[in-house]
Amino acid sequence: MMLATEALKDFEKITPKKIPEVEPFSQGHRACQGCGEVLALRLAAKAVGEKLIAVSATGCMEIISSPYPQTAWKVPWIHVAFENAAAVASGVEAGRKALIRKGRFPDDGAKIVAFAGDGGTADIGMQALSGALERGHDFTYICLDNEAYMNTGVQRSSATPYGAMTTTSPPGKKSKGQFTWKKNMPMIAAAHGIPYVATASPAWHIDLMNKVKKAVTVPGPAYVHIFSPCPTGWRCPPEQSIETARQVVNARIFPLFEVIDGRFVLTRDIKKPIPVKEYLKGQRRFRHLKDEDIAYIQERVDADWERLMALVKATNPETGE
Amino acid sequence: MADEGMQSWKTLALGCAMTEPGTSRSFNTGDWRGRQRPVTDREKCIKCGACYILCPDMCYSPDTEAEEEGYWIWNGFYCKGCGICIAECPKDAIEWQDEKEEDKYGQACRT
Repeated sequence: MMLATEALKDFEKITPKKIPEVEPFSQGHRACQGCGEVLALRLAAKAVGEKLIAVSATGCMEIISSPYPQTAWKVPWIHVAFENAAAVASGVEAGRKALIRKGRFPDDGAKIVAFAGDGGTADIGMQALSGALERGHDFTYICLDNEAYMNTGVQRSSATPYGAMTTTSPPGKKSKGQFTWKKNMPMIAAAHGIPYVATASPAWHIDLMNKVKKAVTVPGPAYVHIFSPCPTGWRCPPEQSIETARQVVNARIFPLFEVIDGRFVLTRDIKKPIPVKEYLKGQRRFRHLKDEDIAYIQERVDADWERLMALVKATNPETGE
Repeated sequence: MADEGMQSWKTLALGCAMTEPGTSRSFNTGDWRGRQRPVTDREKCIKCGACYILCPDMCYSPDTEAEEEGYWIWNGFYCKGCGICIAECPKDAIEWQDEKEEDKYGQACRT
C-alpha cells in the first residue's frame, strides 16, 4: 500500500510567499524568552490551520499555553496526562468517526494533532504512542524535543544527548553528565511501518510547516519529531536558539529526513558538516566535556549519519546508483 | 490578573472548561523585557518577514498603516526581548535601542 505517496501527489507546498496567516496559537503565552519549542508549536499550528483539534500531553507547552483562567489556544484543545496523549488522540479520532457515521456531527475535515515533549514521547508516553501508531488511527503525533524535562527543572530524559548536564545527570569527578546515547525516536516510529515520519527543525521554518502539513494530509498515523532549542535548560543565550537549531542539523547530529511509506528521503543533505564541537561549545550544558568525549561524540554522529545514508540508498533503488 | 483568578467555583464552566478562545492575548508579557527593545531600520529592511515568522511571541504583524506595503510592525505588549529577530535578520536591520519606562509599550519601529 502506498497510502502516503498517493495522498501527497497533489500536495500544495507552503512557500515563503504563501505562508498561512492564521495563528491558532495566540500571543500572551508564558514561554521563556527565546523558546524554540513554542516557535515550533506555533509554526506547526499555523501549518495545520484553524481546523485543528489539539491534544496536549503534560509538559512545557501545556503549562505555558493554559494558565487558568486564560488560554493561548484558539482551537479545541484538551490537556491529558503525561503518558496518554496518543491514546486520547486516538479516542478523539474514533469518537468523531462514530459520530460522523451516525450523522450527529458534520464532517468538517478537522485534523487531530497530539503534541508532547520528549519525555512524554520517548519515556512515559511510548507505550500509548506505539499502540496508537499500530492501530492506524488517522492522527498526527508531534514530538517537540527539547532533550530533557524542562518544565520541572531540567531532569534527564531518554532523549537527552550524551554528555549533557542536567540536574539528574550532573557532571563531576566520576560522571560526564548524561552517559547514554539519545534515543532515536523517529526511527522507532518509522519501525511501526506508518505512512509518514519526519524530523524538522525550526531554523528551516518552511520545511517544518511543509512536513507538518504533509503529516496531517496523509491518511493514517504520522509522526513528526521537531528539534526545539531550550535556552533556559541548555544554558545558552535566548537569541541563539535558532542558530542552535541550525547548527545541530549542519553538524549532522540531527539529520532532517522524511520516511514516506518506508522510503527514506533526505530533505537536507549536509555535504560539508561543521564539527560537532562548534555546536557543543555554544551551550553550557556541554561545557565540562573533554576533547576525548567530543571525539567520541563526533565518531558516533558520523556512524549514525552513514547508517542513515545507507537506509536512504537502500530504500531508493532507482536513485541509489 | 490577580483579581481575575479569584473567581468563585460557581461561576466556572463545567469541568473548568475554557469557553473563550485565545484569552491570554490580554496578558502583558512585555514587562519581562529588559530596558531595551528591537527597533527596525526600514532603510535596510528587505521585507523578508524573518522577524515575523521566527518570533516565538508573535510580536510582529503586517504594518497596515505604513505608506509602503510589506513592512512588519513590532508589538511591545508581547515582546519578551529574546533578541531572535535581531540575531536572525539577514540584513542586520534590527537593533537594540534603550527604552524609557514611560514609552515601554509604545510602537518603536516607525523610524
